[in-house]
Amino acid sequence: MRIMAQIAMVMNLDKCIGCHTCSVTCKQTWTNRPGVEYVWFNNVETRPGQGYPRRYEDQDRWRGGWTLNRKGKLELRAGGRLRKLLTIFANPIMPSIQDYYEPWTYDYENLTNAPLSSDIPVAPPRSLISGEPTKISWSANWDDSLGGDPSPDPVLAQVSDQVKLSFEEAFMFYLPRICEHCLNPSCVASCPSGALYKREEDGIVLVDQDRCRGWRMCVTGCPYKKMYFNHKTGKAEKCTFCYPRVEVGLPTVCSETCVGRLRYLGVLLYDADRVSAAASVPDERDLYEAQLDVFIDPDDPAVASADLPPDWVEAARRSPVYQLIKKYRIALPLHPEYRTLPMVWYVPPLSPVVDALAGTGHDGEDAVNLFAAIEALRIPVGYLAELFTAGDPAPVNTALRRLAAMRSYMRAVNLGEPHPVPPDAGLSEDELRDMYRLLALARYDERYVI
Amino acid sequence: MSAEDVLLKMGRFLRRSATSPDLRAVYLTGGVEGDAFYRDRWSHDKVVRSTHGVNCTGSCSWKVFVKDGIITWEAQQTDYPSVGPDRPEYEPRGCPRGAAFSWYTYSPTRIRYPYARRVLVDMYLEARQRLGDPVAAWAEITTNPEKREKYQKARGHGGLIRVTWDLATEMIAAAHVHTIKAYGPDRIAGFSPIPAMSMVSHAIGSRFVSLIGGAMLSFYDWYADLPVASPQVFGDQTDVPESADWWDAAYLMMWGANVPVTRTPDTHWMAEARYRGQKVVVVSPDYNDAATFADEFLSVRPGTDGALAMAMGHVILKEFFVDRETPFFTDYVKRFTDLPFLVRLDRNENTYVPGKFLTARDLGSSEEAAEWKTVLMSREGVPVVPNGSVGFRWTESGKGRWNLNLDTDPELTLHGRGEPKEVLLPRFDGGGVCHRGVPVTRIGDHLVTTVFDLLMAQYGVRREGLPGDWPTGYEDVAQPYTPAWQEPITGVPADRAVRIAREFARTAEASNGRCMIILGAGTTQWFHGDTIYRAFLSLLLLTGCQGRNGGGWAHYVGQEKCRPQTGWALLAGATDWSRPPRQTPGTPFWYLHTDQWRYDRFDAGELTSPLARGTFRGKHTADLITEAVRNGWMPMSPTFDRNPLDLGDAADPIAHTRAELRAGRLGYAAEHPDDPRNWPRVLTLWRSNLLGSSAKGDEYFLHHLLGATSNLEHPDEEAATGKLDLLLTLDFRMTSSTVFSDIVLPAATWYEKHDLSSTDMHPFVHAFNPAISPPWQTKTDFTAFHLIARAFSDLAKEHLGVRRDVVAVAHQHDTPGELARDVGPDLKLVERDYGAIAEKLAALGPLTEKLGLPVKGVTFLPDEEVAWLGQRCGLVPRGVAKGRPELDTDSKCCEAILALSGVSNGRLAAQGFRQLAERTGTDLDGLAHEGHRIVFSDTQARPVHVAASPEWSGKESHDRRYAPFTINVENGKPWHTLTGRMHFFLDHDWMHEYGEALPIYRPPLDLAALLGETGTLRYLTPHSKWSIHSEYQDNLLMLSLSRGGPTIWMSVEDAARIGVADNDWIEAVNRNGVVVARAIVSHRMPPGTVYMHHAQDRLIDVPKSEATGRRGGIHNALTRVLIKPTHMIGGYAQLSYAFNYLGPTGNQRDELTTIRRRSQEVRY
Repeated sequence: MRIMAQIAMVMNLDKCIGCHTCSVTCKQTWTNRPGVEYVWFNNVETRPGQGYPRRYEDQDRWRGGWTLNRKGKLELRAGGRLRKLLTIFANPIMPSIQDYYEPWTYDYENLTNAPLSSDIPVAPPRSLISGEPTKISWSANWDDSLGGDPSPDPVLAQVSDQVKLSFEEAFMFYLPRICEHCLNPSCVASCPSGALYKREEDGIVLVDQDRCRGWRMCVTGCPYKKMYFNHKTGKAEKCTFCYPRVEVGLPTVCSETCVGRLRYLGVLLYDADRVSAAASVPDERDLYEAQLDVFIDPDDPAVASADLPPDWVEAARRSPVYQLIKKYRIALPLHPEYRTLPMVWYVPPLSPVVDALAGTGHDGEDAVNLFAAIEALRIPVGYLAELFTAGDPAPVNTALRRLAAMRSYMRAVNLGEPHPVPPDAGLSEDELRDMYRLLALARYDERYVI
Repeated sequence: MSAEDVLLKMGRFLRRSATSPDLRAVYLTGGVEGDAFYRDRWSHDKVVRSTHGVNCTGSCSWKVFVKDGIITWEAQQTDYPSVGPDRPEYEPRGCPRGAAFSWYTYSPTRIRYPYARRVLVDMYLEARQRLGDPVAAWAEITTNPEKREKYQKARGHGGLIRVTWDLATEMIAAAHVHTIKAYGPDRIAGFSPIPAMSMVSHAIGSRFVSLIGGAMLSFYDWYADLPVASPQVFGDQTDVPESADWWDAAYLMMWGANVPVTRTPDTHWMAEARYRGQKVVVVSPDYNDAATFADEFLSVRPGTDGALAMAMGHVILKEFFVDRETPFFTDYVKRFTDLPFLVRLDRNENTYVPGKFLTARDLGSSEEAAEWKTVLMSREGVPVVPNGSVGFRWTESGKGRWNLNLDTDPELTLHGRGEPKEVLLPRFDGGGVCHRGVPVTRIGDHLVTTVFDLLMAQYGVRREGLPGDWPTGYEDVAQPYTPAWQEPITGVPADRAVRIAREFARTAEASNGRCMIILGAGTTQWFHGDTIYRAFLSLLLLTGCQGRNGGGWAHYVGQEKCRPQTGWALLAGATDWSRPPRQTPGTPFWYLHTDQWRYDRFDAGELTSPLARGTFRGKHTADLITEAVRNGWMPMSPTFDRNPLDLGDAADPIAHTRAELRAGRLGYAAEHPDDPRNWPRVLTLWRSNLLGSSAKGDEYFLHHLLGATSNLEHPDEEAATGKLDLLLTLDFRMTSSTVFSDIVLPAATWYEKHDLSSTDMHPFVHAFNPAISPPWQTKTDFTAFHLIARAFSDLAKEHLGVRRDVVAVAHQHDTPGELARDVGPDLKLVERDYGAIAEKLAALGPLTEKLGLPVKGVTFLPDEEVAWLGQRCGLVPRGVAKGRPELDTDSKCCEAILALSGVSNGRLAAQGFRQLAERTGTDLDGLAHEGHRIVFSDTQARPVHVAASPEWSGKESHDRRYAPFTINVENGKPWHTLTGRMHFFLDHDWMHEYGEALPIYRPPLDLAALLGETGTLRYLTPHSKWSIHSEYQDNLLMLSLSRGGPTIWMSVEDAARIGVADNDWIEAVNRNGVVVARAIVSHRMPPGTVYMHHAQDRLIDVPKSEATGRRGGIHNALTRVLIKPTHMIGGYAQLSYAFNYLGPTGNQRDELTTIRRRSQEVRY
C-alpha cells in the first residue's frame, strides 16, 4: 500500500443552474490571451447536447482514454508510444478548431468611428483566426439550454430508445467540466516529451511549459478533451486546478465563484499501488466500485503510518468530497469507462421527480411514490448512467433515492410532523441530516477543505 | 519491454521525476520552472471592492484585481455577514455577466473621449463665432429649420467626432439655458433608472435636473416592471422578501419568473430549500431553466396565467372556506384584508351591480373624513367603523386610531342573514356577464353585502340558497372560474390545477402561511398584468401567507430597493434646496411625445366592462391622460402650454395661473403634445440605454421624437417629427442611445468610482471603490454633472438670473393629498437661482433639517445628522451654500445618503417609529435598533447589514430575514390603503368602468381586432441569460458563450412551417417595425410562441433588413406602448400618484409578429 493524497472535486449537478460564471471567471483569470481564445479550461454543457468540443465523447472517432488489450492490459486507445513516435510529425487525431469553435470578435470601432453615412453603424463579426468576416455558426456553448438539435449528443445515441426530444418530454441539465486530474491520466501517458506530470503532493496534472514540444498527443489522449493547444506558443495548456491558489489554501477560481454553491473541494487519500488494477477491471461497469476501493478511509490506521503531512490527514478527515463520494455514495465519476480514474465527480440531478408522477395521479410527496418515480424521471436514469456509471443504472438509482429520501424526510421535519420517519434509502436519520447539511447549508470553509 | 518504454525509461533517469512502475504516469514534486507562467499570471498588486451599477438587482460585491495599474479580472466577494447557522449564506453572489464586466474597461467599444456629431459641431462653432454667445448660437441652430433638420436627420448615422470636455459642456449648457429661457425648464428631461444599484451616480444627474426645474422621468412603470397590483392591493410600490427568505418557504411557485437566469446569485436558495423539503412548482410557457428544478412544471399559454390563478382561487374558496372553515385562514382575512367590509349595491335596471364601500358618512356620521372610513358588520348585525382606514390616517381625530385593532369580531359573510339579491358581474372570456346572487342586508338607504360575498360570487363558488347561474362543479366548462373552465384557455389540465391549489392551501395551513409565489416579467408585463397579479395575490391573501417569513408574493422584475431611501431621495430630488421636484411618469410621457398615441385608432371605451357606464366612450386614450392631469391625478411634463417661469413673473403666480386656467387662456401641454411649444427639448440619458433597451415603440422614438430615419412603414404624416433639440448620453460603451445622441460623454465604469449599492434581494449595503482612476478622458457621472452644472451656471447667471417657477403637483400617495379625489393639481412656487446651480449641487441645502425628510407618511428630522455631516465633510466657505456641509465628492454623497436614512441610521428609524406609533396608538417599540449606524467606510470594508426602518414594511435584524408587511401583521400597523387592509375590492369609478373592481381574468389583448395586426406568433421578450438588459449583450465573453448576436427562439414546429433551420437568418415584422436575427430552433419552445430575449441592441451583428433595406431594429422595434386608463387613477387613497409607485405601465407582451426566412446572404 502506498498512500497518496489528491485534491479532488465534487459538483452537485442537482444545484447547477448553468450560469457559466465558473467558465467566465476561469477564462478571465487564465485564458483571455492570444493563442487560447478558443480555450475554456472550465466549460458548462447543456445535456442533452453535443458538448465542447462537439461530440468529444465519441471515442470511436477521437480515440481518447484507455482500453484493455487482448491480454487485459491497459493501453492507450489511440495507440502506444511507439505509434506516437512514428506518427509524431503527422496530424494526430484531434478536434479541429471548428469542432471547438472558431473564435471571433466584432468591428466594434465602427460604432464610434463610422463616418456620416446612410444607416446606423454596426459591428459585424470577424474571425480571430483568419481576420475575415464570418458568419457565426458554432461556439463554446452553442447548444445552451437546448438551443438547436441535441440529437448528435453521443450519449443520447446510446439511450435513444428511452428519449423523445419533444416539448412535452423536454429535459435538460447542465454539466460543468474541468480537467479530471485523473489517477490514471492518459494525457500524461500520451506525451512523447514527458512534459505532462501529475504532482506528487496533490495529484494535480500539469504541463511543464519548458518541456512541452507541442506534439499535441495529449489532446488526442485525453478522452475529456481537456488538453488544449496554444496556437501562439505552440504548447499544450490545461486546467491547472488553480495550483497557485490551492497551494496557499484558496479554492480554485471556478469553485469560489460558483454561485450555485455546488462545488466541493477536498482531499482524497488513495492507494497508488492499486490504481493500475482498478483501471484494468475487465467489466466497465465495475470501474466505479473499483475506483471507490482505491480510496482510503482517512481513519484507517494505515494512514497514520503513511508519510503524509498531518494537516493533509486532518483535511482528509473533514473532506466533503470523501463524504459525498464514499460515505453517502451520491457522487459518481464522469465516464469511468475511459479508465482514467477521473477525480472530479458528480452528484446526479434529481429533479424533477414529482412531475413524473403528476400524470399518474399519485401524491408526489409520498416517499414510496417518490422512489417509484425515479424510474420515470424526466431526466432518464439511462442517460445519467451512460454518463456516470458506464450504463449501470443501479448506482445512479441509489444516489437519486438517497436525495429523494432526504427531501421527503426534511419536508416532514419542515412541516413540523412530530415523528418523521425517513424513507429507507440505506441511510440513517442522522446520516440524512448530515447529508442535508452538507448539500444545503455547507459554508465556504465546509465546501472547500484544502 | 517495448522500444517506446525503453525510451521513456531512459528519460526517467535523465530528469528529477518519479515515473510509476508501469510507466503510465510521471510524478514530479514542486520546483518546476515550467509552471512559473501560471504563478505570474495569478500574481496581482491589489484587490479592490466594487460592484456593477445599473439595472440589475444582484447587488453583488466583487473583488476587482489590479496588476501594474491595469484591471485584470474580477471575482466574487465572499464576506457577507452571516444570516444564521441554520440556513445557507449569501456568499458568493455574482453571475457570468458581472464576471465579464472588466472586459469593457479596455474594450474597443469603450468611449474614451467626448464625442459630438460633426454637422452639429461645425454649425455650432460657426454660429458661436459669428454671434459671440453660446446660447444665441444654440438658439439659431435649433430654430433654423434647415439647420435643425440637417443635424437631426444625421442622428444615428455615424459622423461622430472627438470634442473637448469644454466644448461639450458649453454646448450642453447652452442648450439647457436656451430651453429654459425660450420654452421652460419642464421641457428638459432626465432619464436614469434604478438608483439602488449606484445611488450617487443616479442622484447627481437627477439632482442637477431637479435643481434647474427639469423633469425626471420614472422608469419602473415604464419598464412594465411596476406591478400596479401592488399599489392597488397593498398600497405599496413593491416590497418583497430577501432571497434568504425563500429558504423559509414550504411551498414555492415560480410563476412567470425564470429565477436561474434573472436572479442568478439567489437561485441557490431555491435549489437548497428543496433539500429542506420545499416543494417547487414552475408555471411558464416554455420548459425554462427554472422548470429543470421543479417538482411540477405547468406549461401555460402566454398571458393566460390569470385564468389558472382564478381557478385555483375557486378551489381554495370552495374547499377551505365553504366545504370546511379553516380557522387560520378566516382569522387572517378578517384582520388583514378588506373581505369583511361592506359594499353598497347599485341598481342596474332591475338588478344590481357592486358599487362603493359603505362609509361612516353613509351611516350618517359627520366625523372628520367620514367618507374615508369604511364599515364592517359585527356578529350582532351592527355596522361598525373599525380603526385603520385612511380616514384615520390624516385627521387630527385619527391620531392613535390608525391601527388594525378590531374591537369586534366581524362577519365575513351576510349569508343566512338577509334576502339574497342577484348582482351582475363582468366577464371577459367572451361570455357576456355573470348573474350571481349575494346575501345582502339593508343599512339605512343602502343595500349592502360584504367583499367576501362578492368575491364568492365573482369566483363562482356556489352556496346554498343564493340565486343566479353557478358552476355545477369543478368540471363545468362554461362557467368561470372552474378548473375545467380554465383548461381550454391555459392548456393546464383541470385536475392538476385542482391538486396544486389544494396542496398550496394545505401547506399554508400546516406551515402557518409559508407558501410563496415568485412572480416576474412573464406575468407582469401584459396590458392586463395587474389583473393577473391580483389573481395571484388573492391566493396568498386567502391562505394567510402575506406578511410572513417564507410566505407571500416575491415580485422579482425590475424591483429595486434603494434601502437608504430617504437620504437618496433627498439628494436625487434636490429637496434640500427646493421642493417639490418635477417627477413625471415615463409611460404617458413617451406615449405622447413619441406620437405613439396617434397610432391608437380605437375608442377608449373599447376595452371597458360590459357593465360600464360609458364614461370612456368616444374618447381617445390621450384624452384620458389629459383628464388625469387636469384632475391632479398624475403630473405631466411639460405641464402647461406656456413657460412656467413666465407664469412665475406674475405678482401672485399661483393665483395668476389658476385664473389663466379658469379663463381658458392657459392650457395643459398634454392637450396638444405636437404643438412645438409643448415638445420636450433636451433629454439626458445616463446609466441608461433607452433607445437600445427600454424604448417600447423604438421606431416611433426615432421617427417622431428624434426626427431620425426609422423603419416605420406607414408613419403618420400629420405628426410632428424631430422634437428634441438635444439628446445627450453619458456612457462608457457604445449603445443605440449613444449612436443617436448629439453629444456623448465618456463615463467612468463601475470600477472607477465611489458609490453605494443595495437591493431587496439581500439586506446589505456595500460600496463601489475605484480600482483605477477613470482612464483616457472618461469621468464619473458625478464629475461630469458638476462640469455641466458649472458651465450651465456661468451662462445662466446672465441669461436667466433668478426666476420663479410654477410647479403643478399631483395628489401624492402617503400624504393627505391622497384624499383629494379630482380637485385639480396643487400649484407650488419655487424660486430658482440659476447662477447658483453648481454651488447648490455641491452642498447639502438647508431644507434638510428645516422641513425634514418625509418618507411613507413620517418625517425624519436630521438636525444632529446635518451637524455630523458638516464635521465629516467640511463646510462650504462662501457663496449661497456658505456654512452648509459639502457634497463635492462622490464619497461625501455616500456618507450623506447613509447618515440621512433610517435603515443605516437607527436614530432616525427610531424617530420615525415613534411618530408612527403616535398615529397608530400601538406599540412599535423595539422595531428600531437605535444604536445602529452605518458609515461609508463600513461599506467599503464589507457588506453591512441594514436595520428595520419605517421606510419599509418588514422587520429585519441579524437573526430576522426580511419579509414585507411583517410589521403590519405583527404590530397591527395598517397598510397604506383605503381600508387600511389588503384589498380584493377596488371601488373607484374607473375600476368599475374597466370591470376590474374584483379579481378577474382578462385575456391578452386582441391586437388583430384593436389595431389590425396580422401576425399570429406571440412575440415575447423575456430577460436574457447573456445580458443585464442591453449591458453585456455586446460583451465578447457573453457573445462567445452564446450565439454571438441577436437571436429569436422558436419551436421546432413553427420553424418547420416556414422552412427555417437552426441558425438561419430570419426577419420578424409587424406594424411597428422589423427585427433581423438568427433563429434558435428548440424543442423547449411551445408552438405558437417566439422569444426574442430582451434588449438585444442593434449594434452587434445586425444586418440590413430585406423588408426596409435599413438596419434591423432592437427587440422593442416590434413593441409599442398602450396605456391602461386605470393606472392613471389618482387622489384616491392607495390609488394616488407617487414617482415610480403608480403610473401606466409600458406593457409589451400582448404583441404579435410574423416571421419569415430571409435571404441567407446578409449585408451590413
